[in-house]
Amino acid sequence: MKKPSTRRHVLGHLGGALAGLLTLPAARQAKAAVQKFFVSSQAPKGYDPTKHKWLMAIDIERCIGCGLCVEACKTENNVPRSSYYFRTWIERYVITKPKPGSGETRGEVMVDSPNGGMNGFSPNSVPRADNILKSFFVPKLCNLCEHSPCAQVCPVGATFDTPDGAVLVDPNYCIGCGFCIQACPYGCRFLNPQTKTAEKCTLCYHRITRGLKPACVEICPSEARIFGDLKNATADDPIQRFFESGKALTMLKPHLGTAPRVQYAGLDKEVR
Amino acid sequence: MTPELTNSFPVAITHIEGFVYPNEQNLLWSVLIVVYPYITGLVAGAFIMASLVRVFNVKALEPVYRLSLLTSLAFLLCAPLPLLFHLGHPERCLQIMMTPHLSSPMAMFGFVYAWYLMAVLLLELWLDYRHDFVEWAQVESGFRGVIYRCFTLGVHDVSDQALRLDARMGKIISIVGIPSAFLLHGYVGFIFGSIKANPWWGNVLMPIIFIFSAIVSGMALCVFIYMVLNWARRIPVDIGCLDMMGRFLFFALVTDASIEILDWVHRLYSADESIHVLKSLAAGKLFYTLLVVQACMGTLVPLVLLGLIQLLRKRMAVLIRQRVYFVTSALILIGVLAMRWNVVIGGQLFSKSLRGFTTYKLELAGHEGWLLSSALVLLPFVVLGFFIKYFLPMKYPGPRESLDAGTPSAKSA
Repeated sequence: MKKPSTRRHVLGHLGGALAGLLTLPAARQAKAAVQKFFVSSQAPKGYDPTKHKWLMAIDIERCIGCGLCVEACKTENNVPRSSYYFRTWIERYVITKPKPGSGETRGEVMVDSPNGGMNGFSPNSVPRADNILKSFFVPKLCNLCEHSPCAQVCPVGATFDTPDGAVLVDPNYCIGCGFCIQACPYGCRFLNPQTKTAEKCTLCYHRITRGLKPACVEICPSEARIFGDLKNATADDPIQRFFESGKALTMLKPHLGTAPRVQYAGLDKEVR
Repeated sequence: MTPELTNSFPVAITHIEGFVYPNEQNLLWSVLIVVYPYITGLVAGAFIMASLVRVFNVKALEPVYRLSLLTSLAFLLCAPLPLLFHLGHPERCLQIMMTPHLSSPMAMFGFVYAWYLMAVLLLELWLDYRHDFVEWAQVESGFRGVIYRCFTLGVHDVSDQALRLDARMGKIISIVGIPSAFLLHGYVGFIFGSIKANPWWGNVLMPIIFIFSAIVSGMALCVFIYMVLNWARRIPVDIGCLDMMGRFLFFALVTDASIEILDWVHRLYSADESIHVLKSLAAGKLFYTLLVVQACMGTLVPLVLLGLIQLLRKRMAVLIRQRVYFVTSALILIGVLAMRWNVVIGGQLFSKSLRGFTTYKLELAGHEGWLLSSALVLLPFVVLGFFIKYFLPMKYPGPRESLDAGTPSAKSA
């Protein structure tokens, strides 16, 4: 027989629920402490992620499509050399002039990224110069989303947002299900065929946490990639100057609500 | 898919049309992920068939009650295998259960699976079989006897009161089981439906489409297995039961087809930026699997055939009806497999840049190949064979008279 519930019982249960609620923050802190101990992020000891906010921005008009950044990224991060795996890559857009009398504002849009743009781009496949309305290069990388869908869907929490603005994968915890790769709207992730874990741009976390720039930024000859620490930016910091320049800034696929933090200056509407 | 690790030169990539992001050139989720929702759907559908007897008291379906529950169990036991084989690190699979990331639909897998297996299927089967196990344990010896004795779990009380309690608990579990079956397959649909990055998947109707296609495929599987089993045992089928299954299959198919048509009408009418790429996907790369196999062979033809039977049941000979049921159930099973293929593979054939397509080439051997995946589809049938041998014996082992395949449950009603 069930005992009839009395006021004492109800109060007891309420007290229990309250105690449970009060222990939540403590449990969260414990979880954070455990994570700090177990998660492999490649940051040096003593690095405090809450004191930084890293960001990369791209100036489309400066990119010359040399592909050095792709090469540097592959070398620095041991990315497989095959043409199927990239943490960063360059796309070439060629927009032709509209046919006279067609009533259109522009002609055909051609996009390519041979070998991720790592070896540069051949001029042979491009139409004659007098037929081109506009052409430009778009470097792509992890968009460092504020609401990263990849971190949301990871079934074991192996991919996570760091307080300093990066989105990382713990290769020792990833089970290789590939859900995050499907969830990334920008195609920035891949399953490394050697480690069988998901991989992506980390902003060269092992470098930036030691005061260096990401490999792609370091090597870019035209300063198309602008990188900095928003929390510690001085007035003449490239990222500070970039945002103060008043250039119109856009991001990729804003309608998806992922709130990408990587911003592009001079992005054409054709770029997705 | 074995990647080319050595290729360091830009090559003319022949399997790409238009532009795709470089990381999208090879498909990530292959045929194993096609098999996974297929098997899970069969589990849920077969269970719904069984609960028609328990919960909704459809007496005509009693001959398939136990068969559908055992089918459900056999497929559920095999359901995680394709997922496991697909993982990059299968040895880490338990992390999904030990440290689930609660915002991920995939992390629900452990909970939903364990709940469905332990709290629904095994419990319902045990309560239904308990009386028989106690009796069979007394008359059988050898391996069979050991099995039956083990499965009594030491409970030998078969008093009227105990049996009434069994029946009532079984019914409650069945009632809980229906939303659980919806949850089991709805969550699989949600895995795809929640991917907003992919316009082919990210769709609020996806879980519902998955649930109804699961019910359709599971019912078709029950019809198929029931007919094959009786044919193998040289027992005449119960045409009343078959007609009733056919009727429910027809209703489920009508619902499923309507929802899928609604999905397409909505896509075409709202015509967002992805519609041109999805249209050329359906008319091009998925022409055979989507339009021919799924829509025509797997939906339209069964709809017409089953609809005709509903209208002309009395004028059709029993033998013709049986053959039509057999053919339609087989067609539906193939059609739903094609539907899973279209969702999983189709969703990766186009680029998220909406500018091009890639190609999927199914390997024969290898860890994501044709051989392994067909073995994984056949495995549940082998498991079911064992279940039927031991738990649906042709001759009832106890002192009661022998019954047809699947009928022992009649006593519990």
